[in-house]
Amino acid sequence: MKIAVLVKQVPGSESSLPLSSDQSWIEEGQVTYVMNPPDNFAIEEALLLKEKQGDGEVVIVSMGPDRVQKVIKEGLAKGGDRAIHLVESDKIETDPLSLATAFASVLNEENFDLIFTGLQSDDTGMGQTGVLIGEMLGMSTATLVMETDVQSDAIRVKRELESGWFQWVSLPLPASLSIQSGLNTPRYPSLKGIMGAKKKEIKKVSAADVMGDSRLQTIDKVFVPQTTKQTEVIDGDADATVSRIVEILKSDLKVL
Amino acid sequence: MNILIVLEDNRGTCHRMSKEAIAGAQQMGGTVTALAIGENATTLANELACVDLADVITVDHELVSSYNADGYSSVVSQAIESMNPDVIVAGHTYQTRDYMPRVSAKMNMPFIPDIVSIEDGYVKQVLNAKLNATISSQSSKVILSFQSAAFSDENMVAGSSTSRAMDVQLDDAIVRSASEAPFQEAAGEVDLESAELIVSVGRGIEKGENLSMAMDLAEALGAEVSASRPVVDAGWLPSFRQVGSSGQTVSPKLYFALGISGAIQHVVGMKGSKNILAINKDPEAPIFEIADYAVVGDVLEIVPKLTETLKG
Repeated sequence: MKIAVLVKQVPGSESSLPLSSDQSWIEEGQVTYVMNPPDNFAIEEALLLKEKQGDGEVVIVSMGPDRVQKVIKEGLAKGGDRAIHLVESDKIETDPLSLATAFASVLNEENFDLIFTGLQSDDTGMGQTGVLIGEMLGMSTATLVMETDVQSDAIRVKRELESGWFQWVSLPLPASLSIQSGLNTPRYPSLKGIMGAKKKEIKKVSAADVMGDSRLQTIDKVFVPQTTKQTEVIDGDADATVSRIVEILKSDLKVL
Repeated sequence: MNILIVLEDNRGTCHRMSKEAIAGAQQMGGTVTALAIGENATTLANELACVDLADVITVDHELVSSYNADGYSSVVSQAIESMNPDVIVAGHTYQTRDYMPRVSAKMNMPFIPDIVSIEDGYVKQVLNAKLNATISSQSSKVILSFQSAAFSDENMVAGSSTSRAMDVQLDDAIVRSASEAPFQEAAGEVDLESAELIVSVGRGIEKGENLSMAMDLAEALGAEVSASRPVVDAGWLPSFRQVGSSGQTVSPKLYFALGISGAIQHVVGMKGSKNILAINKDPEAPIFEIADYAVVGDVLEIVPKLTETLKG
């Protein structure tokens, strides 16, 4: 079983997010980056599958400038066998169809049985790259995958629906699956894993060479959302707070 | 402008977010047509008979009688080819996320997802909702999905619509997957979606044992009890009580949030509430940004006192 796991490097949840001077994105130099949190679950699911099968290969794939080598190495340290880095120069591409075209072109020649992506990225949150790639490569697709069960030439997945509903779906291989966060407990890299990762192959491909030129959607500007809500702050001692809440329930909201 | 809305069948009724999408599309102007797919397509069309739509197109083919990504992406693509709309709109539901990118790739049309506003370009939240982004399409045709509560289904314009069936070409080579019947892991009788008052519990409750104080408050108020995902993941409450992107979407008169930090995944499920009263120790908790009443304090201290006072 040959599995590609697509990972992305994104600003950490605690990072400052200063707007760039032209407001087209954030000031890259002042941002602390991390592995996109949902991608940890995708890596873990791939490693668990490989371990269960007893053989196979897990390939970490990422796009971005040189800085994304950090998350690629993290994936290798956790147990990925090798990696592919689609190298971008400076400005990161955000058009999902362009990104998917580039990934599909590189993944196509590898003939993966499975492609795993995380739920969505914490930066642009388009939540579609894995499915786009699946369609482009003629693979089956499923999203919000909570459990996987590999059969001979198919995979049975438990999908999360809304409102506490679930559904099992059988898909012929190859398949592109977007993994729901929380389905497993992602491992940390071991010291041995970190040392071993240094010897693993990272193939570099120029993203521009495989992406094409047309952009069908672009982020024109980013801005701080304006809150229109008038919020009453109540921060007295417990007794004063309680009496104010009762008053709100009675007089303002009339729910008592 | 011609707009095509893809409706979602929510076990025999039109999904609330599909109705919100209709309201949004009507606001955009132009001719609005809806597409209903599956065994309940005619039921959905009947439900929308008194809504101002050009047509409700129904597709009921045995290979899409229930949802599957292969079939839906093919049917929606065929509808686009035959009707040639400028804009395709859907609610940003789990189902939309599952098949709509396939349509985008098949038709080479950009899919701009999870839109919160269309007043000044297509606006989407980015970077964990800390920033907003304005996104534009460079294509003559575009697919949009609207975030829950971006529009209100109460603003759907009344009128009338007729329905007509559309033929589609589907076969086993297109529908390759096999779906089993949907199931609930813990079935519940709680109707959170129509509850007027909700007491909702977050990680700030600290321990499962502390849940009883939320239950007591809910009882004193005559409210339903819901929770954020961490509480459900910890096994303190069953999943049918979960509010958020992976749970239910609620819009009560009062949403009483106890120790809920306000992660975006939770907020999308409850920001349509008419009033939000939140208690949290952390004055920086994101829930306070959308709260009408921000109580900065200890849930474990305030809630029992409040319940006692209410019971008088």
